Amino acid sequence: MSTHGADRPDTRAGRLGALDLVPKARDAQSAKDFKTDQEVRWCPGCGDYAILAAVQSFMPELGLARENIVFVSGIGCSSRFPYYMDTFGMHSIHGRAPAIATGLAASRPDLSVWVVTGDGDALSIGGNHLIHALRRNVNLKILLFNNRIYGLTKGQYSPTSELGKITKSTPMGSLDAPFNPVSLALGAEASFVARSIDSDRKHLTSVLRAAAEHRGTALVEIYQNCNIFNDNAFEALKDPETREDFTIRLEHGQPVRWGEQGQHAVVRAIDSSLKVVDSADVDPSEIVVHDAHAEDPSHAFDLSRLADQTLARTPIGVFRAVDRPVYDDLMRAQLEEAAQTQGAGNATDQLTGLLQGSDTWRVG
Amino acid sequence: MAKDVQQLDRVIIRFAGDSGDGMQLTGDRFTTETASFGNDLSTLPDFPAEIRAPAGTLPGVSAFQLHFADHDIMTPGDRPDVLVAMNPAALKANLRDLPRGADIIVNTDEFTKRNLAKVGYETNPLEDDSLHAYNVHSIGLTSMTVEALKGIAITKKEAERAKNMFALGLLSWLYNRPTEGTIKFLESKFARNAAIMKANITAFNAGWNFGETTEDFSVSYEVKPAALPAGNYRNMSGNLALAYGLVAASQQSGLPLFLGSYPITPASDVLHELSKHKRFGVRTFQAEDEIAAVGAALGAAYGGSLAVTSTSGPGLALKQETIGLGVSLELPLIVIDVQRAGPSTGMPTKTEQADLLQAMFGRNGEAPVPIVAPRSPADCFETALEAVRIATTYRVPVIILSDGYLANGSEPWRIPDVEDLPDLRVPFATEHNKTFEDGATAFWPYLRDPETLARPWAVPGTAGLEHRIGGIEKADGTGNISYDPANHDFMVRIRQAKVDGVAATIPPLEVDDPSGRARVLVLGWGSTYGPIGAACRIVRADGVDVAQAHLRHLNPFPSNLGEVLRGYDTVLVPEMNLGQLAMLVRAKFLVDAIGYNQVRGLPFSAEELASVIEEVAKR
Ligand code: SF4
Repeated sequence: MSTHGADRPDTRAGRLGALDLVPKARDAQSAKDFKTDQEVRWCPGCGDYAILAAVQSFMPELGLARENIVFVSGIGCSSRFPYYMDTFGMHSIHGRAPAIATGLAASRPDLSVWVVTGDGDALSIGGNHLIHALRRNVNLKILLFNNRIYGLTKGQYSPTSELGKITKSTPMGSLDAPFNPVSLALGAEASFVARSIDSDRKHLTSVLRAAAEHRGTALVEIYQNCNIFNDNAFEALKDPETREDFTIRLEHGQPVRWGEQGQHAVVRAIDSSLKVVDSADVDPSEIVVHDAHAEDPSHAFDLSRLADQTLARTPIGVFRAVDRPVYDDLMRAQLEEAAQTQGAGNATDQLTGLLQGSDTWRVG
Repeated sequence: MAKDVQQLDRVIIRFAGDSGDGMQLTGDRFTTETASFGNDLSTLPDFPAEIRAPAGTLPGVSAFQLHFADHDIMTPGDRPDVLVAMNPAALKANLRDLPRGADIIVNTDEFTKRNLAKVGYETNPLEDDSLHAYNVHSIGLTSMTVEALKGIAITKKEAERAKNMFALGLLSWLYNRPTEGTIKFLESKFARNAAIMKANITAFNAGWNFGETTEDFSVSYEVKPAALPAGNYRNMSGNLALAYGLVAASQQSGLPLFLGSYPITPASDVLHELSKHKRFGVRTFQAEDEIAAVGAALGAAYGGSLAVTSTSGPGLALKQETIGLGVSLELPLIVIDVQRAGPSTGMPTKTEQADLLQAMFGRNGEAPVPIVAPRSPADCFETALEAVRIATTYRVPVIILSDGYLANGSEPWRIPDVEDLPDLRVPFATEHNKTFEDGATAFWPYLRDPETLARPWAVPGTAGLEHRIGGIEKADGTGNISYDPANHDFMVRIRQAKVDGVAATIPPLEVDDPSGRARVLVLGWGSTYGPIGAACRIVRADGVDVAQAHLRHLNPFPSNLGEVLRGYDTVLVPEMNLGQLAMLVRAKFLVDAIGYNQVRGLPFSAEELASVIEEVAKR
């Protein structure tokens, strides 16, 4: 199995790869195989189109039997996604996709289960399910399309909208402090957390690949432009004038440096917080090297805090990818152990034994 | 000198004490002894919601009532013949339920000034003649237990804690119960602590011996075994029966069982029980909340599991949106609601049957689901199988309405032969089901079985059946998103027709009318079966004719229900709510049904119900 970055360690002997239990496709696939006959109904220019195209063209790389792939979504613009993927799919109810997908993934190890959700769906109404899926480390891939607005309900602020944002429901500005989804996921001890952008197909594909290959819950936050209600929300990360200065491209094993000439870098301050410096002012050995495999999530968490509300110093890429026990694997192991240690006789005898119990008496 | 043995046909005993006194365990053991002796029995545990309310207070009283007889009985009984009161609070809380002449066995060691004051006794009732209408047996249960355990290497506190076994031993002697089962039980329960094991067994034996020697009890009693239908029996509680029914249904359907649940009183025992049976391939998932519990179950159903979620009323309210999704996705799902007294948190450990309308109508839009309700603790087993049959055949969520009384109460259960259990196998879709004029084929997820109107159950992993479904309205047949007005009208009606169609496969409602002359029908559902049945017996013994019918299927109703109702001048519907079934039958059949309603958190008293029925019959 290919790896991202330099020395990904989680293919230890005996450990299952992420997709080892999922049947493979017999024939070669193309992006076309993953398109449905349904008319795509996002607004023209919506960032969702680019993400859909990226997913459809990346899927054949995995070479999985299409019928063993399931997309589960909640409610919102992004949650229409499953209708456009020619796999199994369920468009469920607001916020609950991670819970539904948990039941599916936990009972069907032969499936590759993907959740498609948005900032309102995942972080507001479904916040509880999201953090618990991440904590449990169920074998799920969660794609969180973050457009920092409610699109489907026509433009109210979302839990990732900036403080002070003027929207239909906040004419004098939003009073809510926003969530940083990556920080939140790391706080929930997610085993895989990454961020990418709708407009950068190459980067997005590399992050999707890393997520697909991760066994456990993977959260990928994708900055997505809603050109109708929150246009250009991520422009600073896209505009050639600003993007190099604003974007930190995280690479495992590489020093955290960015800017046209790599002129910005982070170092550890004396109080061990991260400090942004001019890379010319420090010895290269002082520059923090990104370690996505660090057991302790605080390194990744510190990186996630670098960005501010203007998007300056926004890290993208894989923040964290660690090997941690996977809920459904553990559950399956318990079932197998119980069958081996407690299961004797055929099914009928076993059921008879259960119903009889130990305290019985006979009449007649 | 051996004492006389007097024959009785039935006895009601209530064990009452502090939450920490082990009354539930004592009651359980006495029940098991009684069951193995072959009496018919019915039990009613009644405990506080607080795990340990302050010791010695009224809210801290925990009780266990057992009714056993030499004939078949239907309820745990109204008024105890014997009260075992381990402290003044237990006496005070239960005295009002005792008939004159009842035996009261009290633990005098706990009748201290302080304990009496705690519950507002100004003088000691054991000394002030206020109990003259009863046979009071004042016994120092604690001190005698401590005395009997001298020489065993345990602390005084540990010795005192064995007093419940002393009481159990005494009662076992008094009613000539077999003792081997309890000794065996104590040996295995305390297998890891020899001293505690010895203490409990010694206390139990000491209690028995005390009965034999004390002059306080001049006779002991015997209740002969009951003539139940031939078979193998065990004692069975409602939650255990639900869990076993689901394991059996999983086996009989060939579908792996998946339970998504969130702890809630009084349903948690279903989660506890099923999590013990992993060897049967049972997956139990303790979710982060009620919504996730049903969500995960629905996800598992989509993947081809026999999916279940278990909860109580407040949890059902939270699950309703997801159940609605299940209605729209047309997937099988079992939803267990072990009802408790509401609204809101209500009284978690007390019973009620006020979620019927929530189950019927608690979802947005027209979202009908079949509803079934067990009538007794052991009946939960068959009800679970029936719910699974309906859910998997019709691809629809089914709600089981149990309640706290059934969940914790118990009765003898004739163990079925596994060979006789129904075959619940259902096929998954495996191939295209739609052929076009040009001969091309496709899979249409909403193409229905003409008979059941069920759509195909097409699980992920089946090549060629890739499809998308969702909560948005979909076109009949293709399942594609559709906002077409005529299609929506059609889909709403067909989902209703599918649920209505279940009636074709449920047996007609049976009426119990021994004389055939009754003009009054008592109609019930759920756990009121026992009290209504017992009340009808009392009424008939008084020479008044009355008919009884009890519904297992609440949605849809059995097809002959309207005809049955119209056959009587008066229909009386006793319910532990304010008239929910009565409202449904009035709306559906234009029958002027009369409600008799109580919401006290307790099952009906048979005597009280009997007087209501007689009054109605004499009108
Ligand atoms: S409202 Fe915004 S997010 Fe929704 S489809 Fe239109 S552009 Fe995309």
